[in-house]
Amino acid sequence: MCPAHKSEAATTSVVVIGAGHAGVQTAEALRTMGHTGPLTLVGDEPALPYQRPPLSKEHLDIADAEPLPLRGTQFFTEQQIQLCTGVTVTMIDRSSSRVHLSDGRELPYDCLVLACGAANRSLPVPGSDLDGVHSLRTLADAEAVRAAMAGCESALVVGAGFIGLEFAAAARKRGLPVTVVEAAERPLGRALSAEMAEHITEAHRSNGVDLRLGAGVTAFLGDNGRVRGAIGTDGTEYTADLVLVGVGVVPRDELAVQAGLAVDNGIVVDEHLRTSDPDIYAIGDCASFPHLFTGTRVRLESVQNATDQARHVAAAVLGREDPGGYREVPWFWSHQGQLKLQIAGLRSSDDRALVLGDPADGKFSVCSYRGQRLVAVESLNRPADHMAARRLLAEGRSPAPEQLADPDFSLKTFARALAPTP
Amino acid sequence: MPKVIFHHDNGETDVVESPDGTSVMKVALQNAVAGIVGECGGQAMCATCHVYVRDGYLDRLPEISEDEEEMLECTAASRDETHSRLGCQVVLGPDLEEVEVDVPGSQI
Repeated sequence: MCPAHKSEAATTSVVVIGAGHAGVQTAEALRTMGHTGPLTLVGDEPALPYQRPPLSKEHLDIADAEPLPLRGTQFFTEQQIQLCTGVTVTMIDRSSSRVHLSDGRELPYDCLVLACGAANRSLPVPGSDLDGVHSLRTLADAEAVRAAMAGCESALVVGAGFIGLEFAAAARKRGLPVTVVEAAERPLGRALSAEMAEHITEAHRSNGVDLRLGAGVTAFLGDNGRVRGAIGTDGTEYTADLVLVGVGVVPRDELAVQAGLAVDNGIVVDEHLRTSDPDIYAIGDCASFPHLFTGTRVRLESVQNATDQARHVAAAVLGREDPGGYREVPWFWSHQGQLKLQIAGLRSSDDRALVLGDPADGKFSVCSYRGQRLVAVESLNRPADHMAARRLLAEGRSPAPEQLADPDFSLKTFARALAPTP
Repeated sequence: MPKVIFHHDNGETDVVESPDGTSVMKVALQNAVAGIVGECGGQAMCATCHVYVRDGYLDRLPEISEDEEEMLECTAASRDETHSRLGCQVVLGPDLEEVEVDVPGSQI
C-alpha cells in the first residue's frame, strides 16, 4: 500500500496524471511537505499549466490576455518536478505499476494520483460540429471563443450554468446581443437556492440578456459549414453566429475504467481519496468521494476542491494523512459582470433558505438550513458573509435560524463573537 | 523594469523584475516565489495572496476596495491595519515601479 513504509515515504516515486489545479497542487504540496523522490506530472495540454477560472471571465475581455500560470517554468525546474506536457496517458498497467504515455515512454510509480479532470459534455443534436459552435474549458477553447467574439453579431448560449452565464456577461460587456436557453426552470439549478437563482436571472435580464428558461435547442443551422442559428425545442428559430454550449461536464474516468478501478459518476474513492487500488488516489473533478458533511457521495468541480484534495493526498502519500479523512468545507465563486457570487458549503433542494440582507440592494446572502443546522451560504457581493460562513461551517457552528430575522444580525460578528479560543 | 522585493520569514529575499500591469500575486506565481498561493487567480475572492507592504510604498498603492477590505478581514495570517494588502490588487506601473513586501507565514 502506498506509502509502503513511512520511512520510505519521502523518497517514494510518484506519478500525477493531470496538470490542472489538482495535479500541480499535489506536486507542490509533496515538495513543500518534504517529498524528495521522483515526481512526474503528466498533462495532455501543450501549455505550461495555467489557471482555468479567468478563462471564462477577464480572459474574454482583454484582447491580448496571457494565461495566468499556476506556477512559472522555474518552479518545476527548481523543485525537480518532471513536467510532461502535450502527452496523454494511454494506459495504466497496475500489474507492473507503470503508466504508458503516448510518446512511448513508460513511467514506473509507487503511488499514482489521478487528477484527470473533466470534459465538457457535448450536445447530441444535429449541427453541433458546425464552425462557430464552441465549448469552453481549456486555454485553446478560450482563445477560440475570444477570437470568435471579435467578429460576432449575435451570440446564443445553451445552458445557464456558471460557464454560460459568465460568457453571457462578457459578451454583453462588448455590447453583443446574447440569448441564453436553459432547459430547467431556473439557472444554476444544481448549485443554487431558488431565491438566489431568481435574483441572478433578473440581473442578467436587466443587463440585456434574453434568458429563456424551460427552453432548449433541437438542432443548429448552418451555411457552408458555419453556424447561423438554431431551432428551439418549442420551434423558435434563433439567429446566432457564435454559439457557446455549456451543458455540464463528464468526469474523465476512462483510464480508471480501463485499469479496472471502481467508477460511478467519477472515480470512486474512500474518505482518504484512495481508489479501489491502495496505490492509486483520485482527486478533483474526476473523483467521487464520500462527503463527511452531507453523508453522501459527491463529485465537485471547483478550484477549492482540487487544491484541498491535492494537499490531503500529498500528506497521505507521505504517511501523514489526517486520520479523520478529507473534510474541507467546499467553496466556490463565480463572477458574472457586476455579480460576485460566492458559495460555501453544499445545499440540497429540500433545505430551508433564509435570506440575509435585502436583495434589492444587490448585496445579500442566502443561508440554507437542514433542520437547525446551517449547511450552506450563498453570498452575492457580500464577501464578509462568505468568509464567515466558511469558518462557521468548518467549525460546525450555526446561528439559530431565528437570529437571522434580526436586522442587525451579522454572520461576521457571529463568527467572531463565538470563536473558540485556539 | 519595475520590481518586487519579497521578504520571507526565514530571512530569505526574492527580487523579481516584471513588466507594468503585473500584480504582485502574478509576479510571485510566475517566478516561483514561495508563500503566495493566489488560488482564485486574482479576483479578490480567496485571500491567499496576502502580503505586508513595507513602509515607504504605502502611499503609492491604490485605495483598498470594498471587496478587498472584506477579504483582508479573513486572511490566514493576521491582518495588519496599515500594511496588509492582497497581492492581486497591488499592480506594478508608473506609480509603483518598486514595492517591497513581507510574505506571511501562512495563506491557508
